[in-house]
Amino acid sequence: MSFYDKLSVKQKQTLWAWGFLAVPIVFYVVVRFYPTANAIVLSFQEWNLLGARTWAGFDNYVTLFHDPVFWKVFRNTFVYLLIGTPVSLVLAFIIAYHLDKVRFLHGTIRALYFLPFMTSAVAMAWVWRWFYQPVPIGLFNNFLASFGIAQIEFLNSTTNALPAVLAPAIWAGLGFQIIIFMAGLRAIPKTYYEAAHIDGVSGWTIMSEITLPLLKPTIVFLVVFSSIGFLRIFDHVFNMTTNNPGGPLNSTKPLVLMIYDTAFNSFDMGYAAAQTVVLFVILLIVSLLQLRLLRDR
Amino acid sequence: MSKSRRMFSVSAIVGVMALSGTLAAGVARADVEIEYWQYFFEARVTAMDTLIDNFEAANPGITVKTNQFPYADYRTKVAAAIPAGEGPDVVQLFYGWLNDYVDAELIQPLPTDAFPVETIDEEFFPMVQAMKRDGQYMALPTAVRSLALFYNQRLFDKAGIENPPATLDELVEVARKLTVRDGAGNLTQVGLTSGMTAQDHHWWREVLLRQFGGQPYSDDLKTVAYDSEAGRKALEWYVALDQEHGVTASTFMDEPQAAFKAGRAGMHIDGSFRIGALNDTRGLKWGVAELPAGPDGTQSNYSSYWVNAVTSKATGEKLDAALKFMAYITSDEAMQIWLETVGELPAKPSAALTEENQNDPIYGPFVKGLGYAQSTVFVDESGQRQLMTDMVSRIELEGQSVEDSLSEAAKAEQAILDGFYQ
Repeated sequence: MSFYDKLSVKQKQTLWAWGFLAVPIVFYVVVRFYPTANAIVLSFQEWNLLGARTWAGFDNYVTLFHDPVFWKVFRNTFVYLLIGTPVSLVLAFIIAYHLDKVRFLHGTIRALYFLPFMTSAVAMAWVWRWFYQPVPIGLFNNFLASFGIAQIEFLNSTTNALPAVLAPAIWAGLGFQIIIFMAGLRAIPKTYYEAAHIDGVSGWTIMSEITLPLLKPTIVFLVVFSSIGFLRIFDHVFNMTTNNPGGPLNSTKPLVLMIYDTAFNSFDMGYAAAQTVVLFVILLIVSLLQLRLLRDR
Repeated sequence: MSKSRRMFSVSAIVGVMALSGTLAAGVARADVEIEYWQYFFEARVTAMDTLIDNFEAANPGITVKTNQFPYADYRTKVAAAIPAGEGPDVVQLFYGWLNDYVDAELIQPLPTDAFPVETIDEEFFPMVQAMKRDGQYMALPTAVRSLALFYNQRLFDKAGIENPPATLDELVEVARKLTVRDGAGNLTQVGLTSGMTAQDHHWWREVLLRQFGGQPYSDDLKTVAYDSEAGRKALEWYVALDQEHGVTASTFMDEPQAAFKAGRAGMHIDGSFRIGALNDTRGLKWGVAELPAGPDGTQSNYSSYWVNAVTSKATGEKLDAALKFMAYITSDEAMQIWLETVGELPAKPSAALTEENQNDPIYGPFVKGLGYAQSTVFVDESGQRQLMTDMVSRIELEGQSVEDSLSEAAKAEQAILDGFYQ
């Protein structure tokens, strides 16, 4: 009698369950957990991709703490988050709310809003980059110049560059958020609104007492989702500033771009790994905080 | 497709030859296959394919397999493959990476019997001597690149300018005549392109700085030496192009080469590798001149190059074959093929400074520039370039004084050097 036949039904069930679970587990261990653990180990080492890895203790973290560029980048990352998330959510909600009421060409309009989300971020970033150029090639500045208004330095400015880079990133994510908001709005039972109408409640009260509270799960999801997105912003910034990545003077550089730069231009893998660990911790804290603050009491 | 088919036919022929040889007499030479790795740049790949065809024809029994990777993945792949005993026997690398490759023991020295040091010292341009470690050459280039001043012939004619500027003063003068602004004062055509993110950081570091009497680094390369009077003058002169003379703007049309290609820039400083792209630009009539000389007539230029090296993986007969291949791709013949296909200049004066090349209206100025060119020994090229970019940005965007910005850049660059040489 073989080993398998000796097992009880329950044991067999367990064996099969683990047999099926093994596939995703192996996948996650090899593709997610092992590299993550490796990156954490690497953050305590020095490695230039070519030679052997050598132990460096906390050197990378100490360097990071004393690196003014890191603090600048840290600040930028949170500016992306703190402007990007509320602005995109409010915009998405307003659009979704009104779109929900529109019947005329509803599908087409919704598709138009969704289109940027489906467009490649790289292509979009380059088109916007050209929009922002000074005269004679920039769309916005040519427009201003034709009315005799002074040019605006969109990208070549330490103050304007970050909002200029952020705008297309918000626009690109809008389509997705609108769809989710609309699904949330549709899920609210009509009967609540009918009852409110019969009671003669004002529009604002309907919004604040019915719509928003019932949208809470949607809002939680979108806040967490878009926060993670803005904390990890990279492709828009990188493609709009390839000549001077994250520039000018690091004014648009997010953490992910700094990591990329350290790893694949300076080949300082240990230092880059330390930055990655910091990003990981930030993402973890921000996500946990949001889930805690926004969950149902 | 054609490549894989050719590879297939080559290997098929080799296979058949090997088989028939063995069957016929049993004296067949052992066939050796070596692998060559390079990064993907179309003209370079085409040139290398030609060289390999020639080499294989001259050395029956040796086949060279090539493999190319996108630039971004190149270093990672090489680093992963060689220690694992896979990958190339001969590898291409940027001259600035040599230290890393030597330290990681990825490449081996070229034996002095086949590559005698004195002969190489004598035959190659002097900057190639940076490839020596402990009295042996580690790597050799096929081609080198230098800078020159590209100019737009049509715009020159229109402005009535007869000759390209020969000195820095003339450069400003000519650039002024070529600059066009609209009614509101917005630049619509620049006299000279600029941008530390492109080639200007080389121009400033190795050319302008020296022309104003300074030098970028100490002789042992370990100390930044431009935080000086000469450095200040060189930086002031450079920044004045935009701020005082108004003949350029670093952001004009996004990229300097784009402005020049579009015919919106009178002059443009760039490397010989740009020739190919400009040749393909319809409707652009352009010329090349040597970089303008400094106030006291000093000429300088910047040269960079890619080198080939034999990896530590190659041993025994593969090593012999790899060395033969190295010898061929660093020969005069290979250099001329490279020049014609890629537009990069031969690494030996004997091949570069021929009458024909010197008198060539396009290659001539680049070739002449090689005679007095310097190669920066970078420890982190992109990091060091970024400091130059930021140095100018601080002045232009934040109004920092030239002196302070220069000192700040020098300090930051010193930190990079210290980190490497410690």
